[in-house]
Amino acid sequence: MLSLLLGFGVFVLDFGIRWQNAVAIFAAAQFAQYAGARFVARIPYDPLSALITSFSLTLLLRTELVSLAVLAAFVAIGSKFLVRVRGKHIFNPANVALVSLMLLSDSAWVSSGQWGSATIGALALACLGMLVLTKARRAETTIAFLSAYGLLLLGRAVWLGDPLSIPLHQLQNGALLIFAFFMISDPKTTPDSALGRVLFGTLVASVAYTIQFVAYEPNGPILALIMMAPFVPLIDAVSRGHAYRWDQPAANATRQVKGV
Amino acid sequence: MKFLITATAAMVTIALSTTAQAFCGFYVARADTSLFNQASQVVLVRDDDRTVITMANDFQGDVDDFAVVIPVPTFIEREQINVSDRAVIEHLDAYTAPRLVEYHDPDPCIRYELKSRMVQDAASPMPEMSKQDRDVSLGVTIEASYTVGEYDILILSAEESSGLIKWLDENEYRIPKGAEAVVDSYLKQDMRFFVAKVNLKEQAKLGYSYLRPLQVAFESNKFMLPIRLGTLNAQGKQELYVYALTRTGRVETTNYRTLKLPSNTDVPEFVQAEFSDFYRAMFEKQTHKENERGVFLEYAWDMAWCDPCAADPLSSEELRKLGVFWVDSSQNTTRGKSGAQNVFVTRLHVRYDKHHFPEDLMFQETGDRQNYQGRYVIRHPFRGQTSCDATSYYTEVRKRQDREAQALADLTGWDIDYIRSKIDYIDGAMPEAVDEPWWKRIWK
Repeated sequence: MLSLLLGFGVFVLDFGIRWQNAVAIFAAAQFAQYAGARFVARIPYDPLSALITSFSLTLLLRTELVSLAVLAAFVAIGSKFLVRVRGKHIFNPANVALVSLMLLSDSAWVSSGQWGSATIGALALACLGMLVLTKARRAETTIAFLSAYGLLLLGRAVWLGDPLSIPLHQLQNGALLIFAFFMISDPKTTPDSALGRVLFGTLVASVAYTIQFVAYEPNGPILALIMMAPFVPLIDAVSRGHAYRWDQPAANATRQVKGV
Repeated sequence: MKFLITATAAMVTIALSTTAQAFCGFYVARADTSLFNQASQVVLVRDDDRTVITMANDFQGDVDDFAVVIPVPTFIEREQINVSDRAVIEHLDAYTAPRLVEYHDPDPCIRYELKSRMVQDAASPMPEMSKQDRDVSLGVTIEASYTVGEYDILILSAEESSGLIKWLDENEYRIPKGAEAVVDSYLKQDMRFFVAKVNLKEQAKLGYSYLRPLQVAFESNKFMLPIRLGTLNAQGKQELYVYALTRTGRVETTNYRTLKLPSNTDVPEFVQAEFSDFYRAMFEKQTHKENERGVFLEYAWDMAWCDPCAADPLSSEELRKLGVFWVDSSQNTTRGKSGAQNVFVTRLHVRYDKHHFPEDLMFQETGDRQNYQGRYVIRHPFRGQTSCDATSYYTEVRKRQDREAQALADLTGWDIDYIRSKIDYIDGAMPEAVDEPWWKRIWK
């Protein structure tokens, strides 16, 4: 699915994804995944997770320097193995890589407007299709994020007295959809309980809105996700305590989220 | 260097303009007269939160007294407003305009001897072009910093701003329908307005027959251009050119797609005479392709040089006039004629209306320093007497001319037969009308 999007982006839309970057990201991510699995986590090498991270990074990261693309892949996969709490990594790999690169270098950026309106319908359908295909597992985060963000935009338009075409235009943003369906939805970095995920999605939406429309800075959602990520263990702790009293105490207490 | 830049390149912007009512702000008039201006040009200088906006338009109105209301992202004081001169923007326009480059094929029989002569031929027309532009830049008197020239600037404090509509009403200005809602929305977003009243008597005294560009300097994290007011009672689509001058790299819109126009294409020789028609048709085709929602990149270049140059790079002094505050104006004396360092210019071209561009343009500076220019190439075949058997050369030229015709048809959507009828084929023969199936042309 993501590879389709990527191919579409590179060959049809031609919005500046360099194939050299794509190759570098995919290779470096797999290398880092292999090294991390073998020497740090000592678990079997599984290419799938790093593959998904590579797709997100390739779709969103823009840079003229292949070295930065490689660095992004290392930061992404490295963060999975090195920044962990209770067996879960805290930061979404692609997200942490995007933010670090943007902070570290002037030569890396995210082009949020580069998905033209002509293709946005197709993209939205593809995203929804993806949701159905994966049987909406853990889709609460995506749904909560998009609903909350949409409501905030709508509320803003009503308050300002703006026509509805403005919030609709703001929602028709390719990078926003990729973020909502492929980044924030990552099961490894979202809370374990459904309620927690709804809460988390709403939180990220509120912070994203604040960054974008109160502070008037670009890339609100991406920045919001990294800022809110440290709250995931907290949400987990609270919702686990809740589950501990009402559900199966023994099973919950010993439950560990394995794998990376 | 074996190319020539034709003078048409610099004329593109003017030729492309369509009559429309456009500006960052809106015009208000006392008389019941429609106010029109052609294309708007905005220079956006930005580094961190520091912003200098220069707004130019070729407004032509025949009213005794009118004003322009301009939104700015933050509260401003009188000293933050300045009146600039138009020649600098014209120079910037010429420097960044899409260009037509022409090459002359050498005599296929004596390639070596001709090469050196060609260089001379090609080099001579260049200075003429540059001189013309320099004259435009130099023939301008420089105003003192705080002279507001022909404008009476009215800065309204925050409280008065909210009564802007009322104030305009009280002063008997006509307000475009729907302006109140947009003004209200802007005020809630902490934007402020200033009113520039044009004093025609003062203008006549100063000797300007046009309105000089207004400049505003401010600090705000909003990197945007308010276009909503300009769309209010627009007649059709509006044309806007944004020249961004930044330190790091190319500027793009974050809420609309920024695309490069097709460039570096070989086109038939006759395009030289019809360059503005060609460019307009191509631009129209590209905007349609993008569902009328695209922002188009026409030029992205490090200001220190250009190749080929449609006009000389701007001097440090000119850049300072546009508000490029990080450039030292003394730079030029030591560096000679070359342009200033650390200035990256992006030229964006937008054709917009309320329906396709509901939201203001939001920008971001990227790290992309790749050079890009709208460049179209003409290759003149050698038409002189040949002293050898040049059949293979003629065959090749003929093939090339066919390719150019097709390329032009693809770029502009012009009828291929029309294009072919205008080409001076090297063998003197039009291509035979191929009996194409009727359905091949339905959707072209």
